[in-house]
Amino acid sequence: MSTPLILLVLAIFAIVCYVVGTRRALAIAGGLSSRLHSRQGYYGAFVAICATVPAAAVLVIWLIASPLYINSTIHDGFPEEVKAQSEAQQGLSFGMVNSLARGMDVLTLEEIDAVGANPAELRAALGAKGVPLAGDPEPWMVASAGDLNAMQKISNRVMTAIVLMVALAGAGLSYVRIAPRFRARNRVEKVILSALVLASSIAIVTTIGIVMSMLTEAGHFFGRVPAWEFFFGTVWDPRFAAAGAGAASDGQFGLIPLLAGTLYIGFVAMLVAVPVGLFSAIYMSEYASPRVRSIAKPLLEVLAGIPTIVYGFFALTSVGPFLRDISAQIQGIATGEYANFIQAQSVLTAGFVMGIMLIPYVSSLSDDIITAVPRALRDGSLGLGATKSETIKKVVMPAALPGVVGALLMTASRAIGETMIVVLAAGVAARMQLNPFEPMTTVTVKIVSQLTGDLEFTSPQTLVAFALGITLFAITLCLNIYALFIVRKYREQYE
Amino acid sequence: MNMMSEAAVEKALDKKMNDMSYKMIGSDVSVYYGEKRALFDVNLNVRENTVTALIGPSGCGKSTFLRTLNRMNDTIEGCRVTGKITLDGDDVYDKEIDVVELRARVGMVFQKPNPFPKSIYENIAYGPRIHGLARNKADMDQIVEASLQRAGLWTEVKDRLHEGGTGLSGGQQQRLCIARAVAVSPEVILMDEPCSALDPIATAKVEELIHELRANYTIVIVTHSMQQAARVSQRTAMFHLGQLVEENDTDKMFTNPDDQRTQDYIMGRFG
Repeated sequence: MSTPLILLVLAIFAIVCYVVGTRRALAIAGGLSSRLHSRQGYYGAFVAICATVPAAAVLVIWLIASPLYINSTIHDGFPEEVKAQSEAQQGLSFGMVNSLARGMDVLTLEEIDAVGANPAELRAALGAKGVPLAGDPEPWMVASAGDLNAMQKISNRVMTAIVLMVALAGAGLSYVRIAPRFRARNRVEKVILSALVLASSIAIVTTIGIVMSMLTEAGHFFGRVPAWEFFFGTVWDPRFAAAGAGAASDGQFGLIPLLAGTLYIGFVAMLVAVPVGLFSAIYMSEYASPRVRSIAKPLLEVLAGIPTIVYGFFALTSVGPFLRDISAQIQGIATGEYANFIQAQSVLTAGFVMGIMLIPYVSSLSDDIITAVPRALRDGSLGLGATKSETIKKVVMPAALPGVVGALLMTASRAIGETMIVVLAAGVAARMQLNPFEPMTTVTVKIVSQLTGDLEFTSPQTLVAFALGITLFAITLCLNIYALFIVRKYREQYE
Repeated sequence: MNMMSEAAVEKALDKKMNDMSYKMIGSDVSVYYGEKRALFDVNLNVRENTVTALIGPSGCGKSTFLRTLNRMNDTIEGCRVTGKITLDGDDVYDKEIDVVELRARVGMVFQKPNPFPKSIYENIAYGPRIHGLARNKADMDQIVEASLQRAGLWTEVKDRLHEGGTGLSGGQQQRLCIARAVAVSPEVILMDEPCSALDPIATAKVEELIHELRANYTIVIVTHSMQQAARVSQRTAMFHLGQLVEENDTDKMFTNPDDQRTQDYIMGRFG
């Protein structure tokens, strides 16, 4: 049976188990569910779980283990001269065997007989069935493919039998345990608990997995390029990865210009987002009437829902050209010569648009923090004859400050990790300069450009993306941890 | 004033009371929260240098009345006040009156101690600073010390003036809030159940403080504790369902009240 079919059978079996278990529990209790320890449904659920969970576990393990075993057996069966070839060559041969095996499943027995052992005809026959082969198969490959198919068939049959047996055994064993005092509810709830734990650990394990994979690839990169050249290099010039060109064509991978661009654009963005966001948060939390607040706040938060690529368009097609044209006008009025001094793609364009993107984050996070300042503090200040704005300046904002700083750090880490706006609006020139009207580039832009295109995954030109990624990850992680630390410390004050 | 003997103080104050000098006069005061009416035509006068206690069951309007006296109700959405309240003859709700100035003259102490998350010194200096009461640092030091002394907190905190005000115990925090109110030299101090969050020992200290403050300030206190009203006040006003039931000398109120409802409440038959 195919795997989806087995799963379907298991699912139907689970429903049957549930119904049977529920009936059985009621029958044992003489129709009075109050004589049971748990509600009857829990007995049904218990039987269903015992029937399916171990069976599904066996299925998963088998599906992982059996291809590994079969592949290594087939590989061992290769002729000696093939085994003597390079790793890549062996991989190619193995791919051929795999395709052949798949193709031979499609062909009928007569067709295989008709083709016989003629490799060229076999290729044509498979091609007609929609299974392309990279080259003419050799006779030993046909034999190997036959072996592969046979082993897979056996494996599948054994697996089906074992899974169904495990399911039946689980159902049977749990069925006989049903008794009025049996604590089915506690068992079922334990299973549910472990499912919850499993779900939450998936996120954590995935994160660890991502970090590990980035670390490994970054490790490969640092094997080719010394770490200090990467972290302290001031020139970014990766060249192109030319196949077989050797180490001579390796470029220079200096992180500093990219980091400078990232921080500069992030700084400009924060310069836009922080005042606007904070002022709007103060208005929303302190002055706005509930009516205004109920309309304006969701509207402001709509900004947070706009995909960043849309902000990218906005920067590319509206803000950039606008800034360029207006700078030309200003230049013209000042000197009589209409030349623009702001480039369409520039630190200013990217920073400005990113700042607009960040406004809702700043305002929404700060709003929550300002609102959380106890009313008693406001009353205390107002009761002493302070005006509303004095109260906000001298009592509310100082009390909220640590939390607001935390919120700003979180926003900054978003600015550093932001990709689409800078890809479209910042430019690709990795330069170190201080003029905000000129293009600069960021770490994220370079990750995108190093990973797009037709590249081999072993050259430093590609691997550098992982080193950049892990650097970016480390920076934003540190910022976030520090922000969380500050926010938590601040919370303790009012508890 | 602290130097005066207790008896002399009482005598001087009694004389003042006989003069019937009213500090604040409330006539036909009604308060609405949106559609709901919380106070019904209350006529209540507050005598100078007297502690007036407002008692009554929960939700009777006593806190609402207290908050109309320095317009703290203005900060509540949808609250509307009608009638007339005067402070030394000036209408508190007049358009010409600056609410900020009013609150400097009529200070307030809240139910829960609410020190600002600043140092003890800064907590006291906050009010004088926004009202420009100190010309220089020495002036401010002097105001802080005097206020803390008035609140009976000076000896306890004089060595840690620059530590956080939130680090004090509940009773100390409440006395800090009283000192903070005193620092802007108000004429009237409103207290909204100032002891409800305190333990008995801290309560005793605050009550003693109220007793001493009476010499210099007019005090209006809302309390749930009948004993506290009897201990600290000279005049008591009883509220019920948004109406003023009775207002009388505290002694008379607790021994021989005019109104049956007052008697029932004091005896613990309702509330």
